[in-house]
Amino acid sequence: MPVITGRQGGRSDGPAVKVENLTYIYSPGTPFEFAALEEISLEIMAGELYAVAGATGSGKSTLVQHFNGLLKPSAGRVSVLGLDTADRRVRSSLWREVGLVFQQPEQQVFAETIFDEVAFGPKNMGLSAQEVEERVCESLTRSGLNPAEVRDISPFALSGGQRRRVAIAGVLAMRPQVLVMDEPTAGLDPSGRRAVFDIIEGLRRERGVTVILVTHDMEEVARVATRMAVLCRGRLLKEGEPREVFTCLSEIREAGLDLPAAAAMMRALSEAGKPVRTDILTLDEAVEEIAGMIRK
Amino acid sequence: MLSSIVFGQFIPGESLLHRLDPRTKIGIVLAGSWIALAAVNWQGFSLTFACVAAGILGSGFKSAIFYRVLKPFWLILALTFLLQVFLTPGNPLFFLAGLRITAEGLAAGGQIFFRLVTLIIVAALLTLTTPPIKLTAGLEAIFAPLRKLGLPAHEIAMMMSIALRFVPTLFIEAQLLVKAQRSRGAGMAGGFLARAGYLLPLLVPLFAKVIRRAEELGEAMEARCYRPDANRSRLFSLVFGRADYITLGVSAVSLLAALFFRS
Amino acid sequence: MEVFIEVKGLTYVYGKGTAGERQALSGIDLSVSRGEFLAVIGPNGSGKSTLARLINALLLPDEGNVLVNGLNTLREECRWEIRRQVGMVFQNPDNQIVSALVEEDVAFGPENLGLPPDEVRERVDEALSLAGLAEHRRRPPHLLSGGLKIRLAVAGVLAMRPSCILLDEPTSMLDPRGRRSLMKTLARLNREEGITVLLVTHFMEEAAQAGRVLVLDRGRIALCGSPREVFFREDEVLRLGLDLPAAASLARRLKRRGLPVPDGILTVTDMVNFLCR
Repeated sequence: MPVITGRQGGRSDGPAVKVENLTYIYSPGTPFEFAALEEISLEIMAGELYAVAGATGSGKSTLVQHFNGLLKPSAGRVSVLGLDTADRRVRSSLWREVGLVFQQPEQQVFAETIFDEVAFGPKNMGLSAQEVEERVCESLTRSGLNPAEVRDISPFALSGGQRRRVAIAGVLAMRPQVLVMDEPTAGLDPSGRRAVFDIIEGLRRERGVTVILVTHDMEEVARVATRMAVLCRGRLLKEGEPREVFTCLSEIREAGLDLPAAAAMMRALSEAGKPVRTDILTLDEAVEEIAGMIRK
Repeated sequence: MLSSIVFGQFIPGESLLHRLDPRTKIGIVLAGSWIALAAVNWQGFSLTFACVAAGILGSGFKSAIFYRVLKPFWLILALTFLLQVFLTPGNPLFFLAGLRITAEGLAAGGQIFFRLVTLIIVAALLTLTTPPIKLTAGLEAIFAPLRKLGLPAHEIAMMMSIALRFVPTLFIEAQLLVKAQRSRGAGMAGGFLARAGYLLPLLVPLFAKVIRRAEELGEAMEARCYRPDANRSRLFSLVFGRADYITLGVSAVSLLAALFFRS
Repeated sequence: MEVFIEVKGLTYVYGKGTAGERQALSGIDLSVSRGEFLAVIGPNGSGKSTLARLINALLLPDEGNVLVNGLNTLREECRWEIRRQVGMVFQNPDNQIVSALVEEDVAFGPENLGLPPDEVRERVDEALSLAGLAEHRRRPPHLLSGGLKIRLAVAGVLAMRPSCILLDEPTSMLDPRGRRSLMKTLARLNREEGITVLLVTHFMEEAAQAGRVLVLDRGRIALCGSPREVFFREDEVLRLGLDLPAAASLARRLKRRGLPVPDGILTVTDMVNFLCR
């Protein structure tokens, strides 16, 4: 098994994920054959919070399943942490380095106690009992749960939102360098959504984890992403910093997405003839811009 | 994986077979199967062939679909054919790799092969052209007289149609669970025992989902006024049209012909 | 205005008599007029879904009464009529689709009412076109997008010609396009067909589009009024763990900067109108 190097934990310079001309075809050679991804190329730098945005069926989940070795490109190349995933051995050990939190992860919980649930990944990694213990406590704490209180209770006794935290802790316990989260806030109320972003922020700040966020919520993207990709029917429509991407209204619309509220507001003002910038991402920026406009 | 569920999957269309009453189609499946099994001479096989050809034409599907239907059965078909060829005694025609091949063996193998292919195609003609709800409605109607004997015909039909409806959904869900647990290293490392332990992380959430699904579905059905004991009507009420009478008539004549050829 | 739903002193307890006993709703009084569009918001566990299920007679009150068009949900002989008049759409569309074909699924309700096939057909066609699904009638539901699936659930309810539709967080799994199309459909049904809509949601932007907003908190009514009135009580809304609609949030920040922003700004249009006046 190849040794995956570069686990310094902090930011490094190279790309964490490099995708070149990736095409992925579902059920090739059957009447159900269809291209879920076509000719995608992008790079995600270590330490980034990269958003993959798109409507349902745009191929965003298919794309990120290449990052932890679940899928193999039909054509093109995906390399993660400098390793080519076309190599079967790389692909089968990638799960150790790339954590993937699926949609509605609370529905994938299975163990009798929260401890066992969170320990599942670390145990599969072959870690010592002491190391497993340490990691479970750390990741539960990170997810906003008190290990001493919850470790022996059943995950099924928790509310859906709490159970989602347990599921996220289960992935964090593997201490991935790259963390992919597929619509982690779907179905949560505003305070639940904030809690998820607190977890992400903590990981980035303290451990320099590269986070890839799959989402169709553009407010989230505007607030936290360093860069973003917009997918539409398996194609990469736009890539870049959110500030720049959100000025391309027609692409955003084509992808079935919305502008973040602040950007939509500034665009409406600009269309009404007001001299304001439209590359605005957050409400605080919008406040500055509007205050400036009124003062003039 | 998805391609293997082609057998039994309804494919929408407007062909003659699509328009026939499901009871008629169940009838011709029975007739067709009987004709195929009863065939012993060239007249019988010609008749069977004509019936299958008529069915395929009446379904409006390209023959490629039937190759797909047969695909999962090739191994069984080939094995049965070879067993018949090798195990039937008779006049040796030639020897192949030290095995005696007889004329009788080839004929018997050919016959069983032909019958099995016919049975598979005939059954597929029914499921390919009949939406599950109509199929269950047809079965329900046929079994209705047994209600008097205490057979819950309606409940069985409803269970069948719901089961059919949820097969693709559960299949997609199971695939997702496999992926989610593999992402946490399940079944990736270790020997057989480790892999056996991989079933639990799969089955627990899958059962949990099925149970929750069943609960929510029950609630949703109740919210839409479903009462198993009440008199339900049907969007597609089963009515016999002229085409049904003609088809059944033709089937009956073919059956009689098959009997006649056999005697 | 004619009262359609009347909730009086409603209390509901989950898991009564067990260790997990929990009061989901306590002493709710509410009346909904015919033709209203009411949004119900509140944090997870505030009792929103429970309230919807009590109105549809899927749950029955432990105390108090729920009357739908004068029919009491406690009376068993009224329940089927109540469910016909008040259709319910659940959060996960996959778990409420009964049939393997779109139009057959829509027919499920009318079939349950025992209507003659001609009438079932008429209602299916009507419901499919109201929900904008006519072109998908012959497709298997599991191949529809999330947005279309939830509209299929709406069509299934419409085919029973209800006076009111209850929706329990129908948009929480949808992408923006699916959400927009559902909200448009609901607004049209409410305006043009006069159908009373009761929408349980997490999204403040959706609540802002309703005629009236009910805010629940731990089983009690925290706030109730027009979206303007409710979101004017900014501090209370935020304290409950909810958000303000983006335009309202912007207005609040502008006010804090000392700008003379009027009260009651809820939508982007409100904001643009104010700034461009």
